[in-house]
Amino acid sequence: MTARFKDRVAAALADPVLKLAIDRTTGNAERKRAAAVADFPQFGAARARGQAIKDHVIAHLDHYLEMFERNATARGTQVHWAADDAEARAIVTNICLAANARRVTRSKSMLGEEIGLPHALADAGIERVETDLAEHIIQLAGEHPSHIIWPAMHRTREQVAELFKTAHQPPPAAEDPATMVQSARRVLREKFLSADVGISGANFLIADTGATCTVTNEGNAELTTTPPRIHIVTAGIEKLVPSTAHAFALLRLLVRSATGGEMTQYTTFHAGPRRTGDADGPEEMHIVLVDNGRTKMLANEFRDMLRCIRCGACMNHCVVYRQIGGHAYGGTYPGPMGSVLTPVLDGLAISRDLPNACTMNGRCAEVCPVGIPLPTLLRAWRRRSWREGLEPAPVRAGIGLWAQFARRPRLYRLATRLGLRVLRLFGRSGWISRLPLARGWTDYRDMPRPAAKSFMDQYRAEQRARK
Amino acid sequence: MSAQPKPRVGLFVTCLVDAIRPQIGFAALELLEKAGCEVEVPQVQTCCGQPALNSGNDRNAALLARQTIAAFEGYDYVVLPSGSCAATMVHGYPELLADDPDWTGRARAMAAKTHEITSFLHDVLGYVPQGVRLEASATYHDSCSGLRDLGVAEQPRALLSHVEGLNMRGLPGNDVCCGFGGTFCVKYPDISNAIVTEKAEAIEGTGADILLAGDLGCLMNMAGKLHRRGARTRCFHTIEVLAGRAGGPAIGEEAS
Repeated sequence: MTARFKDRVAAALADPVLKLAIDRTTGNAERKRAAAVADFPQFGAARARGQAIKDHVIAHLDHYLEMFERNATARGTQVHWAADDAEARAIVTNICLAANARRVTRSKSMLGEEIGLPHALADAGIERVETDLAEHIIQLAGEHPSHIIWPAMHRTREQVAELFKTAHQPPPAAEDPATMVQSARRVLREKFLSADVGISGANFLIADTGATCTVTNEGNAELTTTPPRIHIVTAGIEKLVPSTAHAFALLRLLVRSATGGEMTQYTTFHAGPRRTGDADGPEEMHIVLVDNGRTKMLANEFRDMLRCIRCGACMNHCVVYRQIGGHAYGGTYPGPMGSVLTPVLDGLAISRDLPNACTMNGRCAEVCPVGIPLPTLLRAWRRRSWREGLEPAPVRAGIGLWAQFARRPRLYRLATRLGLRVLRLFGRSGWISRLPLARGWTDYRDMPRPAAKSFMDQYRAEQRARK
Repeated sequence: MSAQPKPRVGLFVTCLVDAIRPQIGFAALELLEKAGCEVEVPQVQTCCGQPALNSGNDRNAALLARQTIAAFEGYDYVVLPSGSCAATMVHGYPELLADDPDWTGRARAMAAKTHEITSFLHDVLGYVPQGVRLEASATYHDSCSGLRDLGVAEQPRALLSHVEGLNMRGLPGNDVCCGFGGTFCVKYPDISNAIVTEKAEAIEGTGADILLAGDLGCLMNMAGKLHRRGARTRCFHTIEVLAGRAGGPAIGEEAS
């Protein structure tokens, strides 16, 4: 494993508070999702429909993108196209600079993280205010999201109380969640109303109306997108759906899979800037459609990943994520879906550990609401990594040598006989507690001492005795 | 009695059973014969190729797939005492050989008659264990590949329900991975350890005398961790109990 991944994993595993935070949130998420799915007998059918909707859009992406652009433009929205993260950042910061924006409010968007928007705004000298409660927490802490639904899930409420004590003026009067939320509300409220630009993501881009849809449970997206003069949406092109009805079909899956709720508190459709007679709304609305590797995935073995609706269920149910948390992955997106996407976004050379650090247990695919075969996609990255020579030399040599024997049954028997004899020397009373070439195993667990004679040898001897 | 020919079964014992715990292979032989099969153990078998497949080394995985198919395709059924090796043959081989016109049909044909042993005994043969007795409490871990790739869940439990004296206890998180993951456990030992530690805690928490599972890899991982922790839980493959062989040494125990 690469040193950086190894270090991040070691740090995560050594942090008992992190484990407590992960267990609380993912444990809750797992229970609530299971209850929500149990209460929704049509879940299987809804999942098949959701998958079919996404597959249809992916197969006709050009058609729906053009339809969306046409309809959004007709509503007065300015549509921008960004081929990669750099272009997307430039488009957003240029809109802000042209408007002389000093303060920008932002409602949670993983796409914004993917394209590096927080840094870009800082570099442009623009004050950024994160309005999602969890994003507010990690902005105060100077961190980045560790989960796509609960960005601050790596922090316990006790840690957040400590943070607010120093970062909020005056500090919250008590440490209970309600008082802390009130405190954040008070701090954020003034900024909501004085922002020049509001930036949001989109859960869906609706082709036949040209609208975007955001869902939140805090109402911060509405306060981010309505008062400022300018509203900018950044969204990946895979967020398209043909119509509002299709968005709702996917919402039924998204909300249950993400939080176990039936519906989010706020489901808002943004369709263009303020019209004559509207009570409020921005003067300008911009949508930045971001490719950033997505059209490449259309044509390769990772196409199914474009179905992802970013619910986070795969990470909530992942044994590895639940031990190491989101930051150890080192990319924008953590967990199983992140292990498929990060090599697309950051390159396989620096992220080859991610598809490898998976037990292939298949639970992620089992809970995925749009049926993405995540283990198959992770294996596809392993295949590429092997082909491109990125796997470490000892692994390549080990598998290569083993295969030489496994392909020659007689030689294999001989090697097994010899191997068993040697292995047994390391064991006493049934167990081997230290094995030089298998320290990864024996550092943590004992190994059963192998048999004196292999099954094949015993079986052959028996067969001969019978005759 | 009608002279219906016995189904001919090719038994693939798996590389781990071959080297570490042959008695699982003999338990398989015994059960299949008891259930009315004519069992053969082709000598060319080595490993199903899973380590190569999961490492991204498709070339070697495909070579082993061809070797195994050639040795086993003549049988009525191919049976394995492992969900993950069976899943490799059922799902992995057809995928590996999908672009090879000479082999893709053979891979699919063999996949269609390949079974994990408890599901084969229960679903295909309708086997019911008789006269098997074990006075003990036991808990069962669902190994991931068998459970999710092959639907092995009720079959082992149904078979075990016929073992007299055996008191089955539920395992919290029974369908959560034990952290073995094949090469994963040695490539990422720290993460694997964290996962298996939680699994061991859950197993110990049941207070059961015995842990059962259907894959030796997972069993070695859990048994090794339990032993390192000083737990007294004894570990067996499900079919060792079904074949009445749980009176002898458990995994990691040696006959004195």
